[in-house]
Amino acid sequence: MSDNYEPKILAFLCNWCAYAGADLAGVSRFQYPPTLRVIRTMCSGRVDPLYIAGGLINGYDSVFISG
Amino acid sequence: MEGDPGHFSARVYQTPRYVDISKCTSCADCEAVCPVELQNDYEEGLTTRKAIFKKYTQAIPGTYAIQKTSPAPCKLACPAGLNVQGYVQMVKMGNYKRALEIIMEDLPFPGILGRVCTHGCEDACRRCEVDQPVAIRDLKRLAADQYDPREIQLSSKPKRDEKVAIIGSGPAGLSTGYFLARKGIGSTVFEALPEPGGMLRVGIPEHRLPREVLEKEIEVVTNLGVEIKTNTPFGPNLTIDQLFQQGFKAVYLAIGAHKGIELGVPGENLKGVRQGVAFLKDVALKGTTEIGKKVAIIGGGNVAIDVARSAIRLGAEEVSVIYRRSRDEMPAFKEEIQATLDEGVNIVYLSAPQEILSDDGEVAGVRCIRMELGKTDSSGRRSPIPIPGSEFDLEVDQVISAIGQQPDLSSLTDITGLEFSRWGTIEVNSVSYATDIEGVFAGGDAQAGPWTVIGAVATGKEAAESIERYFDGVDMSAGREIAPIEDVEYRPVDEVEPGVDRVKMPELPAAQRAGNFNQVELGYTEEEGQSEASRCINCSYCSDCGLCVEACLPGAVNHMELPVERDLDVGAVILTSGTDVFDPAKLEQFYLYKHNPNVMTSIEFERILSATGPTNGHLVRRSDDKEPKKIAWLQCVGSRDVNQCDNGYCSSVCCMYAIKEAVIAKEHAPSDLDCAIFNMDIRTFGKDYERYYERSKELGVRFVQARVHTIEEDSNTGNLLLRYATVDGEVLTEEYDMVVLSVGMEPARSAVEMAKEIGIELNQYNFVQSEEVAPVASSKPGIYVAGVFQGPKDIPHSIMEASAAACAAGLDLSSARGSLVKERVFPEEKDITGEEPRIGVFVCNCGTNIGGIANVPEIVDYVKGLPNVVHAEHNMFSCSQDTQEKMVNVIKENNLNRVVVAACSPITHEPLFQETLKDAGLNPFLFDMANIRNQCTWVHSDEKEKATEKSKDLVRMSIARSRYLEPLEYLTVGVNNPALVIGGGISGMTAALGFADQGFPTTLIEKTDELGGSAARQLKKTWKGSDITAYIQGQINKVENHQNITVLKNTEVVDSSGFVGNFETELKVGDLSQTIKHGATVVATGGRATDTDEYLYGQNPRVTQWHDIEENLDKFDDINTVVFINCVGSRDESHPYCSKLCCTASIQEALQVKERFPDARIFVLHRGIRTYGEREDLYREAREKGIIFIKYTPETKPTITEVNGKPEVLVFDAILGRYIQIEADLVNLATAIEPEENNAVTSAFKLPVNEDGFIMEAHVKLRPVDCSTDGVYICGMVHYPKPFEESITQAQAAVSRAVNVLCRQQVNVEPIVSTIDQDLCIGCGLCIKTCSFSAIEAETIEGLGVRAKNISALCKGCGVCAVACPQQAIYMNHFNNDQINAAIKAGKSIA
Repeated sequence: MSDNYEPKILAFLCNWCAYAGADLAGVSRFQYPPTLRVIRTMCSGRVDPLYIAGGLINGYDSVFISG
Repeated sequence: MEGDPGHFSARVYQTPRYVDISKCTSCADCEAVCPVELQNDYEEGLTTRKAIFKKYTQAIPGTYAIQKTSPAPCKLACPAGLNVQGYVQMVKMGNYKRALEIIMEDLPFPGILGRVCTHGCEDACRRCEVDQPVAIRDLKRLAADQYDPREIQLSSKPKRDEKVAIIGSGPAGLSTGYFLARKGIGSTVFEALPEPGGMLRVGIPEHRLPREVLEKEIEVVTNLGVEIKTNTPFGPNLTIDQLFQQGFKAVYLAIGAHKGIELGVPGENLKGVRQGVAFLKDVALKGTTEIGKKVAIIGGGNVAIDVARSAIRLGAEEVSVIYRRSRDEMPAFKEEIQATLDEGVNIVYLSAPQEILSDDGEVAGVRCIRMELGKTDSSGRRSPIPIPGSEFDLEVDQVISAIGQQPDLSSLTDITGLEFSRWGTIEVNSVSYATDIEGVFAGGDAQAGPWTVIGAVATGKEAAESIERYFDGVDMSAGREIAPIEDVEYRPVDEVEPGVDRVKMPELPAAQRAGNFNQVELGYTEEEGQSEASRCINCSYCSDCGLCVEACLPGAVNHMELPVERDLDVGAVILTSGTDVFDPAKLEQFYLYKHNPNVMTSIEFERILSATGPTNGHLVRRSDDKEPKKIAWLQCVGSRDVNQCDNGYCSSVCCMYAIKEAVIAKEHAPSDLDCAIFNMDIRTFGKDYERYYERSKELGVRFVQARVHTIEEDSNTGNLLLRYATVDGEVLTEEYDMVVLSVGMEPARSAVEMAKEIGIELNQYNFVQSEEVAPVASSKPGIYVAGVFQGPKDIPHSIMEASAAACAAGLDLSSARGSLVKERVFPEEKDITGEEPRIGVFVCNCGTNIGGIANVPEIVDYVKGLPNVVHAEHNMFSCSQDTQEKMVNVIKENNLNRVVVAACSPITHEPLFQETLKDAGLNPFLFDMANIRNQCTWVHSDEKEKATEKSKDLVRMSIARSRYLEPLEYLTVGVNNPALVIGGGISGMTAALGFADQGFPTTLIEKTDELGGSAARQLKKTWKGSDITAYIQGQINKVENHQNITVLKNTEVVDSSGFVGNFETELKVGDLSQTIKHGATVVATGGRATDTDEYLYGQNPRVTQWHDIEENLDKFDDINTVVFINCVGSRDESHPYCSKLCCTASIQEALQVKERFPDARIFVLHRGIRTYGEREDLYREAREKGIIFIKYTPETKPTITEVNGKPEVLVFDAILGRYIQIEADLVNLATAIEPEENNAVTSAFKLPVNEDGFIMEAHVKLRPVDCSTDGVYICGMVHYPKPFEESITQAQAAVSRAVNVLCRQQVNVEPIVSTIDQDLCIGCGLCIKTCSFSAIEAETIEGLGVRAKNISALCKGCGVCAVACPQQAIYMNHFNNDQINAAIKAGKSIA
């Protein structure tokens, strides 16, 4: 893996906690790498295993679920 | 506040916010430019914030505000009203241009006044309270040295035709021209002398004011178009009439005071005697003048000093200044006097000339007389009195008089209509500076008498205002009287770090000053100036520098906002003004709180533990940023203390928060952190608190029962040495890295003042006085109270009280319910069935928040090329009112049927844009947001290109998803408005009456055959001593006879179905079955004291429990020794929780025994006394009355044996270190309290219970009366053991929550719910199992079998069922597979 490897990460964030947390990180201006592509769900329980597979099939390097 | 329940009129004072919350986007651009650093109160002063600030990141409203108080004293002290704090802050920031802009708003001569100003501002500077004043004048000069004032762009009104003639080009005349020019009024200045500047040129020597500075700043005025005609004296050849004839519309007289006052002593007319002003004028205009060898100067003002220093420079060999008072009284500047002495001038104090001596018609000397100081005169100084016979002679060849000046009126005396004062100055209106001649104004020294340059500027500024008004034909004086500012409020000086010396002004060495007029004060370097400027205290907080106004792109900042007094028409008032915390600095000698940074309050420590706090949750101590290894908590700081402070009560929350802090600290600490809590008793009496306490012990938190009596500091390490005595008397010293003070609560000081103002009765601790039967009512009908202002309490209890107060207010106002509600009307919704997606994309710049980082135009160009996008644009602020209106038009014009906004977060802004869609006739669910601010530009601000790429991806994902969006409808369900209350105890009856009095039909069911519950059976008095038997009977009567209440006794719940607003419950009434429909349910099934088989209970009649002892007091006549045993079956394996009531109840009974049998020996055996809140007073009273408290542990439980029919108690006393045997006449046990059996209720309403059988609330802290089943509420002992008044509070709270449902005609069900396709469903039941909200049930459909069925009203939209369904038979509205898959795909590949 080269030093400048930048993964593309698919993220599913729960509307009530993790998504709000990601907003708060913004308000607090915490800096993090621009590698996440976020999809908001109303619960992390909404994340169907098929979405995870779909993410990987579509070429994301990893899938992140937070809730 | 005046009025009665239902009709109060309240006058409130609203402090201005200075930021329009409808415009502020919370971007923080203002904060970045604000120069004023202040303590961050939210972070308990551990960090700083700016004067424009958002209280904390999650604050609501999430917008900025400016902290600003009275104008700073420096500004008030300045005759011209300069915004001193503003320009000092700008110098601090190195922003000299802005500093000059601020200065030149009120003053055309920054460089001149920066050198010669008398700086009254510095005398007023509050830095004097710390050390020396800020060198304000020198900082002004630095700004003018660093940036050319001629380059400043001055705001001016449009030019107008009238012209003004100004007589005299001194500071008053030139200022008038300057301010007139800025008002668009032209002027010509007529000057008698060959050069302009007046006293600035001919009165101040060059070593103080270099000519190039003067020239430059005169140019500031002439650059505005002000014309100066020199060598044009006012007088016979230039009269007022002539000026008016020449077309001038007004004349301003500012001829100054250039005539020296005569000494009035013999010999004054000799050759060699002259006036100081004439001397200085000669030097100024010719560069030199006649100078003696030995010169005497008479006077002590700045002119005398200027003459003396000029004389030295011109080559005088010996210069003496003769002054009649002492150095302290000299009116000249202190630094000038010092410089004069440095330069070799001799000052002869306490001497006055009596005669000028002559030799051959020329001055040969001056005869003086010594003076002494007498009484204080009208000038505030002690008046000099000659000492007879003390005459002495000074040998001199020149005498220069500098005892004062006056205007030379020779050119004015002929003017008809002009009046003069007895001091020879021109009389004017004191506000407008108008003379009695129409159109003629006067100012400067000619009008005010010899004053200062800044004073002259001030008069010029005022005259310009008058002249403009004169031309406009409006009242010249209106609104200009300066009202004294009352109640000035400034930033407290003690917030400022002490002791920073004023930066010394660099000077030309004294040796290099002779023979030249080179400038002596050399001016600050930038570094010196910035460091000096940072000494400013920022008295007004905001410095009014105006940078935030420029930085705010939406234009939200308005510094002109004024405080508003509002009259509010209200029906009820609820006081929720909260708490202050005890300030441990009051006990500084003991706690070292101010002195040692490693001693902090628990509230400060909370911030240290917070992930958003000053250390981002990293546990370090303040002195050296090192991770502590040992932390001690000291409990009861400012609580349970009548010796060092007057807070006799227990603050109720500190034990629990200290344990929480210790547990979290251990979680945060990388190593084994030693946490010790020093306490008197640990009071974990709340629901599940005892479990937490026990768990903390397992985690290693230590509890030390001791009050630390000495705290010392190790000055090398900053560690703290705590000395204390253990229970058995051993004195120990332990060293800790940090000490946390568990500070108690006090009613907020401002709230106490307000309560007194509106006449609310307070108790001895300043909490609101309330009765147990009406715990949230104040002494004034219609005014209620909730939270700590009512008494110390935790969050759940505060929230209960808040809801209870809402219920109480609702009772007063129920007849007016809904009368002020307005409904918003939207256009009819457009049907988009069958339409291709037509997507409009709005990309927000959010000022510079998005646009400053991501390339917004590039994003817009990019999305224009994506499929189905028919419109794309970018907006400065998509959320602004005008953009919203524009968006509606764009949607209509382009016939859009999907809208994507790429901006901030949907959590905050989706509802706003959904309304916009509704305004445009679109279903609000045809909308999606791409969060390119909070989750992109704000977090990738250093990676602009990548932020642009990510934004494109996020917008593309949103567009892809939006293609599949569908319109959704809100479902509405009608509401049954009756209430069902289960349980006829005090809680149930309170709840039933709460509903019924508000007009809601109520069914109250009770499983026994009588109302009243355990309170009616047991309780006669509350802990405060109020007899409540009559009250309970009264409530029973009210309930039984209330027209809105149906009481069903001997009744139990069998089953219930339905959901919030629509319950159907089956009851068993006696032997009959009955079904009722209701909209809300209150469960109040109560609790009871358990029986025990310990301590001979049930075996010996002298052993009773709870309040039963009251009967035994009458039954037995040998009552000499009484023993109370607490925690019988509580806080052990059988009931691992605290029953909360028992300590207070035992003490209450003990005191009653003591009252009846004063000689009785009374013992209370306990495991820590938990008399929380003001119950602590009872505990103190008991100890004062001689009741003996002995603490036991589970390992040393007391034992009882029967001896001669009496119980003999054996207990180990840890203080004495031995067993004590008590021959008791009576023993009373405080047994655990359990919930009443209520399985039928909990299963019918699907209510979870905790391990102890108490019903669980929806959220322990924030929703303490709601159940997890919507529409079901709990109160009283079924929730947790609680005293009478807390049950009433909770019952009222339950009513208030339930009325939220019952008062509606219908409930709206969110459309984001799941829907089941029963054709695909195979009835496996997985969805039913996975649903946490009971929103899916099984139904049997004929021909199909069992199928799942939605109960949409209960669905929370989580979508778990859709994932669980193996058949994909469940469709999740708004988050369906097509929508999510489209987004997944679009995020990676170009769709």
